[in-house]
Amino acid sequence: MESLIGLLVGFPLLGAAVLLCGGKALDRAGHWLGVLLAAASFVVGVVLFVDMHGKSPDQRALHQHLFSWVPVEGFRADAAFQLDQLAMVFVLLITGVGTLIHLYSVGYMEHDERRRRFFGYLNLFLAAMLLLVLADNYLLLYVGWEGVGLASYLLIGFWQHKPSAAVAAKKAFLVNRVGDAGLAIAIFLMFTTFGSFAFQPVLAHAGGASEGKLTAIGLMLLLAACGKSAQVPLQSWLGDAMEGPTPVSALIHAATMVTAGVYLITRSGAIFDAAPDAQLVVVTVGAVTLLYGAIVGCAKDDIKKALAGSTMSQIGYMILAAGLGPIGYAFAIMHLVTHGFFKAGLFLGAGSVMHGMNDEVDMRKFGGLRKYMPVTFVTFGLGYLAIIGFPGLSGFFSKDQIIEAAFAKGGTQGWILGGTALLGAAITAYYMTRVMILTFFGEERWRRTPAAAEAGVDAADAGDDAAGAHGAADAHAEPHPHESPKVMTVPMMLLAVGSVFAGGLFKVGDGFVHWLEPVTRFEEGHPPVASGVVTAATMVTLVLGAGAAWLQYGRASVTVPSVAPRGNPFTRAARRDLLQDDINHALLVEPGRRLTRGLVAVDEKVVDGAVRGTASSFGGLSGRVRRLQNGFVRSYAVSMFGGAAILVAATLLMRGV
Amino acid sequence: MNPVNYVYLAALLFTIGAAGVLLRRNAIVVFMCIELMLNAANLALVAFSRLHGNLDGQIMAFFVMVVAAAEVVVGLSIIVMLYRSRHSASVDDASLMKL
Repeated sequence: MESLIGLLVGFPLLGAAVLLCGGKALDRAGHWLGVLLAAASFVVGVVLFVDMHGKSPDQRALHQHLFSWVPVEGFRADAAFQLDQLAMVFVLLITGVGTLIHLYSVGYMEHDERRRRFFGYLNLFLAAMLLLVLADNYLLLYVGWEGVGLASYLLIGFWQHKPSAAVAAKKAFLVNRVGDAGLAIAIFLMFTTFGSFAFQPVLAHAGGASEGKLTAIGLMLLLAACGKSAQVPLQSWLGDAMEGPTPVSALIHAATMVTAGVYLITRSGAIFDAAPDAQLVVVTVGAVTLLYGAIVGCAKDDIKKALAGSTMSQIGYMILAAGLGPIGYAFAIMHLVTHGFFKAGLFLGAGSVMHGMNDEVDMRKFGGLRKYMPVTFVTFGLGYLAIIGFPGLSGFFSKDQIIEAAFAKGGTQGWILGGTALLGAAITAYYMTRVMILTFFGEERWRRTPAAAEAGVDAADAGDDAAGAHGAADAHAEPHPHESPKVMTVPMMLLAVGSVFAGGLFKVGDGFVHWLEPVTRFEEGHPPVASGVVTAATMVTLVLGAGAAWLQYGRASVTVPSVAPRGNPFTRAARRDLLQDDINHALLVEPGRRLTRGLVAVDEKVVDGAVRGTASSFGGLSGRVRRLQNGFVRSYAVSMFGGAAILVAATLLMRGV
Repeated sequence: MNPVNYVYLAALLFTIGAAGVLLRRNAIVVFMCIELMLNAANLALVAFSRLHGNLDGQIMAFFVMVVAAAEVVVGLSIIVMLYRSRHSASVDDASLMKL
C-alpha cells in the first residue's frame, strides 16, 4: 500500500509535465488528460482510504521513504511521505474537489485557446498541494508550499494580457513570500532546537524545548499560515486573486492553497499546545480575520470578491478553532472539509452565473436569475444554506462546533472568542443572503429596458455624468442568461450533495473526530452554557443576519440600485478592503520607495561619485602630463639633463650626509 | 701639470656641448655639440686613467671613439634625409613622427 502514496503526487505531476511540455499536439484532448489524471489520483486516494479504514486506529499511518535528499554528516533531509488520518482527509478533499473543478473547467475554459496550459497548471497545483500534505518533514512540506505558491501565481495571472491579472498574480506571490520567509525561519529554529525537522521527532519532543523557542517557532509558523491562508495581516492578496479564472478561485479557496495554513497549524499542534502565547496570537488572528472577511464580504458588489471575503472569514473560523488546541483541531479540519464542498460549489455557481451573463461580475447587474439558471440556482442555494449554517446542512454541524469550542476556551477569552464567532455567523448570514438575493431574486436589472435604466439613474443622482458614462459602456449587449452545459452543472450538483450531507455524515457518532483523534488528539470542550443554548443563539443570529439582508434587499418594495450608492464612510472603507491596501501602501510601499530613492541617491552621489572622481582626476592629470610629450627633441633633452642633474645632485647630497 | 686640470677642462667642454644641444636649432650644430660632449667624456676618462694609474679609462676612450665614428655615419645620413624631406635642418621642424 505504501507504494501507492507516490502515485497520489505522481499522477497530477505527470499530467503537469505532459501538458506543459507536450506542445500543441495535445491541444485537442489535453484537458481530458488533466481531468483523467486528477481523477486517477482521487481513485488512488479512495483505495488508500478504504485500506486505511479497515485497520485499527493506531496502525493506520503509512510511511514511504523515497530517497535521502541531503545526506550530510549532522544534517539529514529525506524525501519521505507520511499518510496518516489527517493527510488522508486532505488527500480526499484535494483530489475529490480538485477533480470536480477540473471537470467544470473543461466547460468553463472551452473557448480559451490556452486551455491545455491551464490544465497543466491545475495539475501542478494539485501535485504541489498533495506534496505539501503528504510530506513527513517540514522541508519537503516547504517544497510543496512553494509549489502551491508558484501554481497560484501562474493561475491567478493566467489571463496575463489583463494588467490587473498580472498585478494580482504578483501581489499574491509577493505577499506569500512574506509568509514563506516565516516558514523558512520556523524550520531553521526547529533544526537548531530539535536537530531535525521531520514531524515525528519535532512533534514528539516539542514539550521538552523551552517555551520561548516554541513561541518563536509557533509565531513563525503562524506567519506562514497567514500568508497562505490569507489571514490578517497578510490577507490583501486574496481579493485581488479573483482576477484569475473562476475555477482557479474555486480551487484556491476550497481544495488547495488557503487550506494549507490550517493544515500547517493543525499538523504542528504539539508545538502550539506547548506555547500558549503563540496559541493566543493564533486565536486572535482567527477572530480578527473572521470579522474582517465578513465585513468586507458585505460591502463588495463583485460576486467573486464577496465570496473571497467569505473565504477569509471562514478560514478565520478554522484558524480560530486550530488555535484552541485539542478541543478545536478536529473541528477546524471538519469545517475545512465542509467549507471545501460548499465554497467550491458557490464559486462554481458564481462562475456559471458569469458564464451566462457575458462575464459580468457586478451583482447589482444581476437579479431574477433563478428562472434562467435553475440548476445553478439550486446548487448555489444549497451551498448558501450550508455556509450560513442552516440546520441539517454541512456548515451547521461544523460551524456550530467551532462556536461551541470557542466558548469552551473558558474565562473571558472564551466569551470574547465565542461572541466574535457568533457575530461572524450573523454577518455571514447577512452577506450571503445579500449575494443570494441580488443574484437570483428581485428585478432583472441586467435588462436594458427603460425601467431598469431609470432605476440606475435614480440611484446615481449624485452624478449624472457618471451614470451616463456607465450606461454607454455597458450598452453593447444585453446578456442572455442561460444555464451552463452539463460538464459544468454536474460538478456543481455533486458539490451541492457534499454541501448538504458531508457535515451530517461526519457528525454520525462523531466519526470524523474519532478518525482524526490519533493525530490531532481530542478533548471534549465544555462551554460555560449548555451546547443547546449555543446552538439556539447561533440560530437566532442566523435569522437576524438573513432577516437584515432581506429587509435591505429582498422586500418587494425595495429597488436595488444598479449603481452602488455612495454609502457611509465605513461602507466605503469596507469596499476598499477596510483600507488594507492603503495601510500597506502607507506602511510598507511608501517607506520602501523612499528607502529605495535614498539608496539610489547614495549610490549615485557617493559610490558613483568616488568612481567618477577618481576617473576624472586621472584624466586631468594625464592631460597635463601629455603636454610634456610635445615632439621637440630639445625639450626631451632638457628633461634628460634635468634628470641627470638631479641624480648627480642627489648622489652628492647623499654622500655628504 | 696637475691632471685634475684636465678634468676641469672636460667639465667645461661637456657644459659647452650640453648648452649647444639645448640651445641651438640647427641639426648639424647640435650634432657637433654631441661630439663635443663625447670628447669631453673621453678626456675625462683619459684624465681619470692617468690619475688612477691604470689603463682602463684609455681603453674605454677607444671604444667611445669607435662608437662615435659609427654614430657620425648614421647621424649625418639621418640629417641629410631630414633635410631632403623638410628642406630645413632645424630640429624643431622634426617634432612629428610622420612627414
